[in-house]
Amino acid sequence: MKWFDYAAPRTVAEAAGILASHPGALPLAGGTDLLGQLRSRVRETDLVVDVKRIPELNEISWDAARGLTLGAAVPCYRISAHPVIRRAYPALADVAALIGGVQIQGRASIGGNLCNAAPSADAVPVLIALGAVCLVSGPGASREVRVENFCTAPRRHVLEPGEILVAFQLPPPGPGAGSYYLRFIPRNEMDIAVAGAGVAVTLDDGHIRSARIALASVAPTPLFVEEAGEWLAGKPVEPQSLAAAADLARKAARPITDMRGTAEYRRHLCAVLTRRALEAAIKRAKEERS
Amino acid sequence: MTHRKTLVRATVNQESVEFLCEPRQSLLECLRDILGLTGAKEGCNDGNCGACTVILDGRPVNACLVLGVEAEGCEIETIEGIARAGALHPVQRAYLESAALQCGFCTPGLIVATKALLDQEPNPSEERIRMWLANNLCRCTGYDKVIRAVQRAAEEMREVRA
Ligand SMILES: Cc1cc2nc3c(=O)[nH]c(=O)nc-3n(C[C@H](O)[C@H](O)[C@H](O)COP(=O)(O)OP(=O)(O)OC[C@H]3O[C@@H](n4cnc5c(N)ncnc54)[C@H](O)[C@@H]3O)c2cc1C
Ligand code: FES
Ligand code: FES
Repeated sequence: MKWFDYAAPRTVAEAAGILASHPGALPLAGGTDLLGQLRSRVRETDLVVDVKRIPELNEISWDAARGLTLGAAVPCYRISAHPVIRRAYPALADVAALIGGVQIQGRASIGGNLCNAAPSADAVPVLIALGAVCLVSGPGASREVRVENFCTAPRRHVLEPGEILVAFQLPPPGPGAGSYYLRFIPRNEMDIAVAGAGVAVTLDDGHIRSARIALASVAPTPLFVEEAGEWLAGKPVEPQSLAAAADLARKAARPITDMRGTAEYRRHLCAVLTRRALEAAIKRAKEERS
Repeated sequence: MTHRKTLVRATVNQESVEFLCEPRQSLLECLRDILGLTGAKEGCNDGNCGACTVILDGRPVNACLVLGVEAEGCEIETIEGIARAGALHPVQRAYLESAALQCGFCTPGLIVATKALLDQEPNPSEERIRMWLANNLCRCTGYDKVIRAVQRAAEEMREVRA
């Protein structure tokens, strides 16, 4: 690895100041993506800025009116064990227990998963489905960015130099809510998604009140399939409705062919994973109502 | 760039240590090359194999994916700290007695990860054990004997606790 310096600021303002005055400096959260990239020289930097000692980035808090505030650097193991997240945002708890193995989950953060901006990032479809908003701070004013607008291309996102992702804000789920994430990998664990589907639904007596669907690994960025969720709103909970939404997800996908699968196979997976994730989220929503 | 080394203070196997390292050195390099603790192994150096597993503030992590400087103020437990007062830990004994190793390269990582599991869950299911050890690769033994060793250690540790 090329020589770099290391800073561990204790406040958001200090971190933003350091990043703004050192062009090319890189934030470090759990390091499970970044350290491998620096070692293999996919990326280079003169300065690594460790952001996980900043309290706001390491906090999980819950408020019935505002919902969940999840610090960008909170490691996965704390997320999957958190009682409120397990109950109110089950897909988020699932995905935090599915990224890597326990050693990775001891370090890896959801903020790092998003900022790494890989199309295959497993947590990102879940964040989109749950309606998460990024709280971003920098040398200028703080701003909010919806997760579906965060990634712009593989390895590219909307943060300006000097800006860091501080936390995610997730709206409270409301009654009759359920969420689920499902990915396809050839092994049982420790692999990169060939395709993945994150969904969140809310139900009213036998009908779908609202739904949000997002996909992993089938486009240059994590893909929000807004039209599939909108189409489902008001439809009865019936296999035909779910199949039609799954077909919309399949049509929205713009996958490539690579060593993990062909474009055609990935399109097929989009439909299957979306339908199954919807069924599982609906099951959770019914349990929530009963 | 300063090219200046950093002083890190941490606790390793219940002893306070101070070491000077380059910010780019991994915790694994610091343990092995500076502190002389060569029990944690470098297999892949990219987070996939688990041979470098150590316990950092109570959580198993891959020491190749942690910088030495990140360990400032942390508590670290390595394979060298698992046996106490010259006696093997029940997990170590169970691996030996179940013949759950061949070349032994993966074994320090597996034992450290196993100890971390059994410290928090005395009676894990087979599925739980397999998922917990998914980040520890073994190229020789096959995983069945490893699972038996973990179950055997868990049983023994439960008896001692009871
Ligand atoms: C063995 C192994 C298995 C893995 N399995 C999976 C898997 O199953 N699914 C999956 O999706 N990923 C997987 N990953 C990838 C990785 O673990 C995840 O993407 C993880 O969530 C990254 O988080 P981190 O905190 O480690 O990020 P880091 O490596 O610290 O950072 C990642 C990127 O985000 C930037 N960054 C981090 N935090 C901030 C911030 N607050 N503000 C601005 N920029 C920031 C960094 O500069 C860097 O560019 C795996 C990795 C390994 C090594
Ligand atoms: S050497 Fe660290 S995981 Fe392989
Ligand atoms: S015993 Fe040789 S790698 Fe596991």
